[in-house]
Amino acid sequence: MTLLRVEHLSKSFGPSSAIENLSFAISPGTIHSIIGPNGAGKTTLFNLISGLYRPTSGTIWFDDADITALPPHRRARCGLSRTFQNLQVFLNLSALDNVMVGYHLACDGRFLPSLLRLPSVVRRDRDYREQAVALMRFVGLEAFVDAAADAMPYGALKRLELARALAVQPKMLLLDEPAAGLNPKETAELDFLIQQIAAQGITVVLVEHDMRLVWSVSNHILVLDHGRKLAEGTGWEIRHNEDVVAAYLGEGGRHR
Amino acid sequence: MSADFLQFLFSGITQGACYALVGLGFSIIYNASQVINFAQGEFVMIAGMAAVALIDAGAPFVLALAAGVALTVVVGVALEKFAIEPARNASVVTLIIITIGASIFLRGAAELLGGRGFRSMPAFSGNEPIVIGGAALLPQSLWVLGVTVVIIFALGRFFNSTMHGKAMLATAYNPVMAQLMGINTRLVLSLSFALAALLGGIAGVLIAPLSLTYSTVGVMLGLKGFCAAILGGLGKPMGAIAGGLLVGVSEAMTAGYLSSAYKDAVAFVIILVVLVVLPGGLFGGRSVERV
Amino acid sequence: MASLWQPRTGGLLALAGVVAGLPLILPNAFYYDVAILVGINATVCVGLNLLIGYAGQISLGHAGFFALGAYASAILTGDHGWPPLAALAAGAVGVGVLSFVLAQPILKLKGHYLAMGTLGLGIIISIVLNQEAGLTGGPDGMPVPSLRALGHTVAGEHAWYALVGLVLIVSVWLTLNLIDSPVGRALQAVHGSESAAALTGVDVIRYKVLVFVVSAVLASLAGSLFAHYAGFITPAEASFARSIELVTMVVLGGMASTFGAVVGAAVLTILPQALTAFQDFKMLVFGAVLMGTMIFLRKGLVPTLAGLIRNRMRSGRA
Repeated sequence: MTLLRVEHLSKSFGPSSAIENLSFAISPGTIHSIIGPNGAGKTTLFNLISGLYRPTSGTIWFDDADITALPPHRRARCGLSRTFQNLQVFLNLSALDNVMVGYHLACDGRFLPSLLRLPSVVRRDRDYREQAVALMRFVGLEAFVDAAADAMPYGALKRLELARALAVQPKMLLLDEPAAGLNPKETAELDFLIQQIAAQGITVVLVEHDMRLVWSVSNHILVLDHGRKLAEGTGWEIRHNEDVVAAYLGEGGRHR
Repeated sequence: MSADFLQFLFSGITQGACYALVGLGFSIIYNASQVINFAQGEFVMIAGMAAVALIDAGAPFVLALAAGVALTVVVGVALEKFAIEPARNASVVTLIIITIGASIFLRGAAELLGGRGFRSMPAFSGNEPIVIGGAALLPQSLWVLGVTVVIIFALGRFFNSTMHGKAMLATAYNPVMAQLMGINTRLVLSLSFALAALLGGIAGVLIAPLSLTYSTVGVMLGLKGFCAAILGGLGKPMGAIAGGLLVGVSEAMTAGYLSSAYKDAVAFVIILVVLVVLPGGLFGGRSVERV
Repeated sequence: MASLWQPRTGGLLALAGVVAGLPLILPNAFYYDVAILVGINATVCVGLNLLIGYAGQISLGHAGFFALGAYASAILTGDHGWPPLAALAAGAVGVGVLSFVLAQPILKLKGHYLAMGTLGLGIIISIVLNQEAGLTGGPDGMPVPSLRALGHTVAGEHAWYALVGLVLIVSVWLTLNLIDSPVGRALQAVHGSESAAALTGVDVIRYKVLVFVVSAVLASLAGSLFAHYAGFITPAEASFARSIELVTMVVLGGMASTFGAVVGAAVLTILPQALTAFQDFKMLVFGAVLMGTMIFLRKGLVPTLAGLIRNRMRSGRA
């Protein structure tokens, strides 16, 4: 049983190829990590899965449907959600409204009911506002419920993106370097948070450089190098894979 | 080739060269600052008005032209110093409105000092047309084309072989990196406005004998120069030149063969069609949004 | 009713209060005329602000839609004898369809390219209105019959003031509804980050097109009203200068502030009247005021003032 299946995926920008003939599958209910040196194509892969980039060739299956040609907002509807390496918080909105945008698909996004502020719209908005507050509490942002997004510190914005991504009520959550810029204490909290999210049945996929976090949370690891699959397996398998040790961990011993 | 066609081509290329010079100004300022300077057309107007006023006051012809262009450069640098620099980091729309405010201010100043009337400037070398293949070419058109070609080559040399030119290119490519490399990006900004004003000013004195000068002569010229710059792909100098010529020639052909009433609409129809097909302009390439 | 004390409701009540109270101090027909023009401009700007301030797009061609509404009313009532309300509705529907069709390709453009696209659109409309003299009277303009509906004719400054005031208040009310709704949040999300908005399920193009059409239709309705009020229209209503004037009102008042749009419209409608005292210096002063405000009050009048008041209150409490 697989939730996400990527088949022979390639993406090139002009002459240079960022992802080359990549195939892998992710089963539901697990925590996956995608690792690899800078420029290995990890973020490009996330952009392909979430639909911000169109692949040059190959197919992406999600939940047994071919989503290769779907635009990003339709993929969100299928149950895909993500955070960004370079924060993409809506800085023109309040923190709470950022999370409320996450509930967009659950709210009534039609024009006339909103224009006339029909009671049904107001009621549903109020319900989801309560849920959004709960979600902010869940990610540890209870102090920022009334804050404007542009007045929040970096670490809090990362959590805000996480809360917004969870509000989409996804089957699969893609986290792009969630630990980047966090101190060890914050990373430990993140570790716990990711486990809690997975425990709710949401499949988590992370791109991460912090190897301590990767070893700690991942059930399954995919190693990329120059857009190709170098290895895949459990943490133990990866740590004892000669190719990986040579190509990545060897020169990048600092990551341990 | 029929004489008619040749005639339209001559006038189209002449007009196109002016659009190209104005479009180049847009591109140069955009490269240095990401600002679209809606007062670019006013540079053309200032040089023309000032030169005509000086000639009427009895100044020697060449001196009047030089003074008109020089005044335009001063205005360009002042615009950057007093209106653009204090508003660095403002949003795109805010900057657009600041430059539009500047263009209104400059038109107001021109009306105050030079009046609202239409004034003409004598041609540089007489009005005796040269007949080529049955079509008449005014000597002034040759001036416009010749000077434009010289400017294009001079700009190419400036950008590729001088310190200031390379600094401007580097700033366009990556402002933060340029600053780290020790390039004075503020100077580059002033320089870009000076250069854009210089180009606008030269265009202004070149076309004054062909089109009369008046306080609002720069409005349409500015918009069509913007068209030329966008058509070629914003920030691409050669694109702006190609865009300018394309707009000029299409206009002349439309006026000649279809309807002179809709001549002014041609540039905008072309730009809409091109942008729908190629959202980055003819030479802009496709950009990928990084997240 | 606790909702009465929300800023939204409070602001709307304040606006209604100002509209209702102004007649007490407006001394003569000239001032009523200025007030009516403020109301018409403000109605356009409230819609345009949805597009510019909230959704983060730009249009340098909205005067085109205003003028199309005006000419639809003028031509259909004057030349074809349509009832004014039917002509107004037909203009709005026509502009809605036109803007819907054009918005799909145009709103794929970003930044300066979008500015160019909308600018071109506005100028083409203006040139057509100038050239099709058989239909529009050309540069000389054309007369417009007065507004008649339900057996009554809207005539005189008091009736027009009441009508325009009502239209403005309803427009502001609907706009405020929209902003504080899933649609409004989606629009602001598109402004904040298109990628992130799309990945929360927001159909970015759909909402961009929606807000463009809404702002165009509102401009068309205001244009129809203006045509009947003024009794005579010219293609100058579609000019680039007029488009810029509308955008400037929005930005000057404060982007993403509905009341800012109203204040911006008021300031920039009244300022030229006030500047007539400067005669020849009018343009010079107008340009300088525009530049100065944008340089020093970058966020626009209303957000800047609101920030000042908030700071004052905070320091007063401390």
